[in-house]
Amino acid sequence: MLERIRAVVRKEFLHIVRDPRTLVVIVLIPIIQLVLMGYAATTDIEHLRTVVLDRDRSADSRALIDSYRASGYFEITAYAENEDEVGQLIDRGDARAGLMIPTGYGRELAAGRVGQVGFVIDGSDPAVANTILGASQSVGQAMALKLVEQQLGGKDLQVALIEVRPRVWYNPELKSVNYMIPALMGMILQFLATMLTALAVVRERELGTLEQLMVTPIQPIELVIGKVLPYVVVAFLTLIEVLTFGVLWFDVPIHGSVLLLLVLSGLFLFTSLGLGLLISTVAHTQQEAMLISWLFLLPSIFLSGFFFPIDAMPTFLQVASLFVPLRYLLTIIRGIVLKGVGLEAVAMDVIALIVFGVAVIGLAAWRFNKRVE
Amino acid sequence: MDTEAGRDQMAVEADALTKAFGDVVAVDGFDLRVRRGEIFGLVGPDGAGKTTTIRLLTAIMLPTSGSAAVLGRDTVAEAEAIKPDIGYMAQRFNLYGDLTVEENLAFFADVFGVTGDERDERIDEALRFAGLEEFRTRRAANLSGGMQKKLALAATLVHQPQVLFLDEPTTGVDPVSRREFWEILTDLHLAGITIFVSTPYMDEAERCSRVGLMFRGNTIVTGTPRSIRELMGGEMLEIQSADLRAARSVLEACEVVREVQAYGDRLHAFVADAAADRPAVEKALADAGIEVTSVRETLPRMEEAFISLIRQQQEARGG
Repeated sequence: MLERIRAVVRKEFLHIVRDPRTLVVIVLIPIIQLVLMGYAATTDIEHLRTVVLDRDRSADSRALIDSYRASGYFEITAYAENEDEVGQLIDRGDARAGLMIPTGYGRELAAGRVGQVGFVIDGSDPAVANTILGASQSVGQAMALKLVEQQLGGKDLQVALIEVRPRVWYNPELKSVNYMIPALMGMILQFLATMLTALAVVRERELGTLEQLMVTPIQPIELVIGKVLPYVVVAFLTLIEVLTFGVLWFDVPIHGSVLLLLVLSGLFLFTSLGLGLLISTVAHTQQEAMLISWLFLLPSIFLSGFFFPIDAMPTFLQVASLFVPLRYLLTIIRGIVLKGVGLEAVAMDVIALIVFGVAVIGLAAWRFNKRVE
Repeated sequence: MDTEAGRDQMAVEADALTKAFGDVVAVDGFDLRVRRGEIFGLVGPDGAGKTTTIRLLTAIMLPTSGSAAVLGRDTVAEAEAIKPDIGYMAQRFNLYGDLTVEENLAFFADVFGVTGDERDERIDEALRFAGLEEFRTRRAANLSGGMQKKLALAATLVHQPQVLFLDEPTTGVDPVSRREFWEILTDLHLAGITIFVSTPYMDEAERCSRVGLMFRGNTIVTGTPRSIRELMGGEMLEIQSADLRAARSVLEACEVVREVQAYGDRLHAFVADAAADRPAVEKALADAGIEVTSVRETLPRMEEAFISLIRQQQEARGG
């Protein structure tokens, strides 16, 4: 048995080595995805292009504009003469937000009344708009607080103020890259493992070599293990690649045990590889295998909580997400990397992964037999 | 290895073997006995069911009904017990193009559990048999078509099978390579290996110790090439003429002619006795004013016998 598994493993490595272009793609894809995710798929905002319409032109209005600028979120890139101009700049995308200060703003403040300013936000990207909204309000409130202090200054008046001091745990700077990169490791594992396995088996079916193997004493489980092992190694190497790149380049802190992370990722690998095998028992051509893989993988991106929080989904999607193994891995990875939790905190997710792994590989082995249809 | 020699002299047995794909019955009540040590040729036109038959016999396809046994072992119940003792070469090149000649052979040796010094010996022997010694390190994809066939054959030999199943091994191969391939098969036959080969070529069928003509899912005749030639009975006149179409209708109307077959630029007229019937045939052609270039007396070959048998089948079913 071991002899035959070794023979298949050796042969499979030869296939990988003899096809350097695919190898390059396997190594590069994670890096490309990492860079894209790290830089592009972030909802953090900094230096947002902002247009200002200052009708008041007073010391107070200038102070307000300065406080927006000083926050770091906003960069004043244009001054408009009227509201139409503000609209045009946002329409064209030259500005993402507009601050409009009406005439009499300074006078209202001086009179102790509420100084109203307008703030326009380009809401075409809701995630970014949400962040801008929060930032614009907090800058305004900070300014208001300062004004209150100024007005009370000198007078000996007791004013009760409640100050809420939020402290963000695990990811204090709320850097979305810290949240995305661990998840990306899970997604890359899932994609690589599922597709590579499905393609490797279907390729043999297409070439007819699978038929040749059926006439040998090799057992399905030996063939399956032999074909899958080399891809376990490849997927693991890319996992380490992503981890290293994430830590060194994006400064993602790993709070938990790297060993636990690798072991549990390995567990997840078997689920993904099993899924690939299962697909290979259904698909007749490599094209079919690719399409079926996408059919499984695409929903898993959205249902796993990769981009959108599962808690925010409607109930039926939350239920559906229970059948997405990636969901459990993401909880595990984010837990270990961001919170530094141990095995006991993610025990339920680990059990879920084991159940999926056994079910998928069992199903694949049952479907995989030594007969031609 | 089967140590119970003589327990069963049959290499291949099939009883009412049937395989249907939906409404299409590819193999239909196929009966056959092939003794050990034979070269058995399964001859038939494309679509006759030859490939399906071989897949059923090599235990990689389940029959719809009926049964088959190889070396006395059932192809359904004892499928895995059969595999160490057989070799199978598919019609298509079924090896790894990105692996070298030697790597391919080594892989199959490993899978069949051939180890140690024996492994290297077997690989060398298979390479020598197939005449591929100088191509050891060449990738299989870069071999010519004929050499790929030889490599595929060599890969079926590394585990020393007792029965070889070859599915149209020489289709699409040049005549020289075809001849070389059959020389290898003859050597294997002399070494005592049973060979079950399918082929669409009659000259190859003539080289077999026994042949079966397969048509529409079953054999319509089995026997030695000689016995099949004799089925045709009588003798044959080979006639060349400028106007084949007219000559054919005259011959078909001629009383002494049993059957007419076109063969390229010639016509084959089957008669009881070529020498005795020749004058009558020549007279009929002359009376019709047909110019004849040449008439030659000869014996029917297996090809003519098969064409005649298939025609009879078609008429029986179609009519």
